[in-house]
Amino acid sequence: MFRNLVIVDSYRFLPRSFRPNYEGRGPFRGEEEPVWAPFEKRLEEAKIALLTSAGVFMRDSQQPFDVEREQSHPEWGDPSWRALPAGAGSGDIGVAHLHINTADIQADPEIALPSRLLARLASEGVIGAAAESHFAVMGYQERHLNDWREKTAPEIVAALRDEQADGLILAPA
Amino acid sequence: MMPAVAEERRAPRIVGVEFPFGHTFGMAGDKVMQRRVLELALRVLAGAATFGTRVDFDLEWPVPLREAYRAWQPAEPSPIVRKLIEARRDSKA
Repeated sequence: MFRNLVIVDSYRFLPRSFRPNYEGRGPFRGEEEPVWAPFEKRLEEAKIALLTSAGVFMRDSQQPFDVEREQSHPEWGDPSWRALPAGAGSGDIGVAHLHINTADIQADPEIALPSRLLARLASEGVIGAAAESHFAVMGYQERHLNDWREKTAPEIVAALRDEQADGLILAPA
Repeated sequence: MMPAVAEERRAPRIVGVEFPFGHTFGMAGDKVMQRRVLELALRVLAGAATFGTRVDFDLEWPVPLREAYRAWQPAEPSPIVRKLIEARRDSKA
């Protein structure tokens, strides 16, 4: 159904010395098998949620991701997650992420989590509905992802089931 | 952002963009670009028939590479990068 006419350079914006940390590493041990769940609804009937790894949080009601601890423990990243009400705008959010320049996300959060655009697509009938809440994590994590496997991911999955979301767009920052 | 890595990590459906880090859906303020990326992601989510489907987004970042490369990086190196720089410096000393 899809033909890839253009192959993007995955490492174009990565510092050259970092490339060996990512390229050719293969799957994590024990995660070699394909991961697949069929998408069983028509898009125009489906409820969609978004997840960003940009470290977005609600400025007035949530704690920022813990970048203070990361300063003293450089190999640790905050594994917690935040639920963000759909429609949150630049005045509502903060961004806690030490590995990227967050100025553009702060100015226009839609480049990381396009929740207002998704709501518009719902109003146009492109999708059935946008989730009431979307999700944010902070993308820099410890190598083995133990907290993510045991806590973060199961909690987000439970929240998605509570919302009766049919699909999730994962948006790495 | 790095679709080759997503493939290696067994992501089931992938949309590749050649954008600077922190700009997953495109340029700040460019609603047309953001919509094109999100609509492609939705079509791949709903329309991919097999594991590992990857569709790359055909748009070159409209900022010169050197400028865009500098712009996405934080003003201060992240703690792990600072640690690696210091380790490299110590090994040369």
